[in-house]
Amino acid sequence: MASLLRNSGKITTTAGLIARPGFQSGRGFDLSSFSGGAAPFSAPRRFQTTESDIRVDSHCYDDEISQKFSVLGGKVPYSSGMRFTSELPEEKVPCYRVLDNNGQLIDSRNFAGISKEIAMKMYTDMVKLNTMDTIFYEAQRQGRISFYVTTTGEEAINIASAAALKIDDFIVPQYREPGILLWRGFTPQDFANQCFSNKFDDGKGRQMPVHYGSKKLNYFTVASTIASQLPHAVGAAYSLKMDGKDACVVGYFGDGGSSEGDFHAALNFAAVLEAPVIFLCRNNGWAISTPASDQFRSDGVVVKGQAYGVRSIRVDGNDALAMYSAVRSAREMAITEQKPILIEAVTYRVGHHTTSDDSTRYRPLEEIEWWQMARNPLTLYRKWLESNSWWNDEAEAELRSNSRKELLKAIQVAEKIEKPPVGDMFTDVYDAVPSNLFEQEKLLQQTVTRYPQDYPSDVPVRAVPSS
Amino acid sequence: MDRDNRVCVMGEDVGHYGGSYKVTRGLADKFGDLRVLDTPIAENAFTGMGIGAAMTGLRPIVEGMNMGFLLLAFNQISNNCGMLHYTSGGQFTIPIVIRGPGGVGRQLGAEHSQRLESYFQSIPGIQMVACSTPYNAKGLMKAAIRSENPVILFEHVLLYNLKERIPDEEYICNLEEAEMVRPGEHITILTYSRMRYHVMQAAKTLVNKGYDPEVIDIRSLKPFDLHTIGNSVKKTHRVLIVEECMRTGGIGASLTAAINENFIDYLDAPIVCLSSQDVPTPYAGTLEEFTIVQPAQIVTAVEQLCQ
Repeated sequence: MASLLRNSGKITTTAGLIARPGFQSGRGFDLSSFSGGAAPFSAPRRFQTTESDIRVDSHCYDDEISQKFSVLGGKVPYSSGMRFTSELPEEKVPCYRVLDNNGQLIDSRNFAGISKEIAMKMYTDMVKLNTMDTIFYEAQRQGRISFYVTTTGEEAINIASAAALKIDDFIVPQYREPGILLWRGFTPQDFANQCFSNKFDDGKGRQMPVHYGSKKLNYFTVASTIASQLPHAVGAAYSLKMDGKDACVVGYFGDGGSSEGDFHAALNFAAVLEAPVIFLCRNNGWAISTPASDQFRSDGVVVKGQAYGVRSIRVDGNDALAMYSAVRSAREMAITEQKPILIEAVTYRVGHHTTSDDSTRYRPLEEIEWWQMARNPLTLYRKWLESNSWWNDEAEAELRSNSRKELLKAIQVAEKIEKPPVGDMFTDVYDAVPSNLFEQEKLLQQTVTRYPQDYPSDVPVRAVPSS
Repeated sequence: MDRDNRVCVMGEDVGHYGGSYKVTRGLADKFGDLRVLDTPIAENAFTGMGIGAAMTGLRPIVEGMNMGFLLLAFNQISNNCGMLHYTSGGQFTIPIVIRGPGGVGRQLGAEHSQRLESYFQSIPGIQMVACSTPYNAKGLMKAAIRSENPVILFEHVLLYNLKERIPDEEYICNLEEAEMVRPGEHITILTYSRMRYHVMQAAKTLVNKGYDPEVIDIRSLKPFDLHTIGNSVKKTHRVLIVEECMRTGGIGASLTAAINENFIDYLDAPIVCLSSQDVPTPYAGTLEEFTIVQPAQIVTAVEQLCQ
């Protein structure tokens, strides 16, 4: 098997070929001489059979049929009884939880632990995220920003998963994961600049609000398309695998996203490719107005992992410590074993889908309120912090007040910063501005200069440089 | 792939099988089956994968087994490949090459005879080129790989067996340049891909009849090389476009508009565009021949234009 290993700039290639049964390589490679090198590509397994571990009462193996290169990938027992596998398992897949409703560790043996520093930053960042959502949502309602998407109820998923990862791990978000950026150092001003599309936005004002992106923080720019980022996640993992890096990719998506074709294909690919990618599903029960019961009929998203040969786990998404623990383990597995992992984080979308939605029209207020009060990720986690004497009411009040002030200030500042110039509408379509776009820009400049009353006054019309 | 270890290939059966038209033959043996990757059948997924890999520093070449299959990847190509460089504010580049055989072949059936350049030409952020000879196939491929922009390279199912002497040393063809195939004075014939050969066949007949056509293989489908095309129009004052696309919404339609817009003062006659009919390509060999532009039609069109 030819592997391309890149270690600190040095390239070593070992030419080779998979010895596939029936395939004449002409070079007669001995698989046992294969040395995995830095990254265990384990490609020989692609064409070897693996033992099936299905065992039923009456079984017999027909050696003629269960040959080495079998379409079923291994020996399959026969059965004279005709049994259809049930559409649902007898028991739903259990949901991993670390904290009980009172914020106490249920079983400290099943929790690897967390440093105080990280534990504290997790809580403060969850509060900051929650505050940002409140303030930016209000700003949208006041007409100051055009659109916003809250993460209310999913703060633990956002922050705890970010805390369990390292900065080299690529994040491929859907659109309800700004918390990871927050954890990695995106400031309130950065968030506000993007939402106001001013000239300091890293995206140069081209995308709608909440479509953040930061190459520096290894966070792919959000695209509105649902689940199309999951194949990107596999591609990024492929890239890491080629480079043998000690990092993984985390692709986020929702329960609705799991219906898209890209989700199924991405999981399938990741399994076949043996890619170090974590697929993290925020199953928050709603895809705009479609409840999960209308989205799929399986036992949630976690069971789809096995359908594709992907190891999976169901976690309580509102339990910050459970999320932290699961993502940490998943990361370890994904990198050392070079395989994909599926995590279904069960949670609830407390807010509306976006500011263009009023969810009380399709779901009962009591349901929203129950999740907001009884399974609030911040409240639950705070109880645990307080039981360790790491937090108190004063600290809470101070944090909330400071966050609020900082965010309000960020909005005020962002509002006044000028927008990117009209010329930025034509750059970055290609690496250099082609002649047709240059012409189009010139025409636009002329039109805007001639009829300024018909165009926004806060977008600078930069003079076209002579090419 | 030797020169730059970030270049990799992915697609269906590109590895050990060498590709459906053997374009990638031998590459998996040399570079391994991670770098020349056989993918499961999901065009949207492996195109998306190529995009994700490109965003993290690789230079993938994605093969559509037949260009028509890339319709399944349209979402990725339009919404992500073409857009992410722009929407990320220039932070992420997508130096991907998407290539594959397309066009009308010999009885491949309607679904395998699509001309995708029609559908993709509107997508902002991508470049499209069509190769037609062994020389420009190598040159355009290398240029596409080295380009920082996403490039779609259209190959033609019936042109893979062409043989030509090409230089051993490295060369690239400019992605935005058209190729002057035959200089002439009477009329400008614009074409690309397989139709180039039908045009050249018609040119032989036309020369015998006393005409002097200028034949240009436009090669760059997006953007058009209006510089070369314009100079030709200014010289001959007559334009015939010969394409394999369908009449409605094809490359010819856009090219007609572009030339009219820019060079109307230099035209002595309206632009004539010969295209395939707006029908799915029939399987029957005779019917298939009737749908594409044949040399005789080209000769007639030139004669009429030059009256």
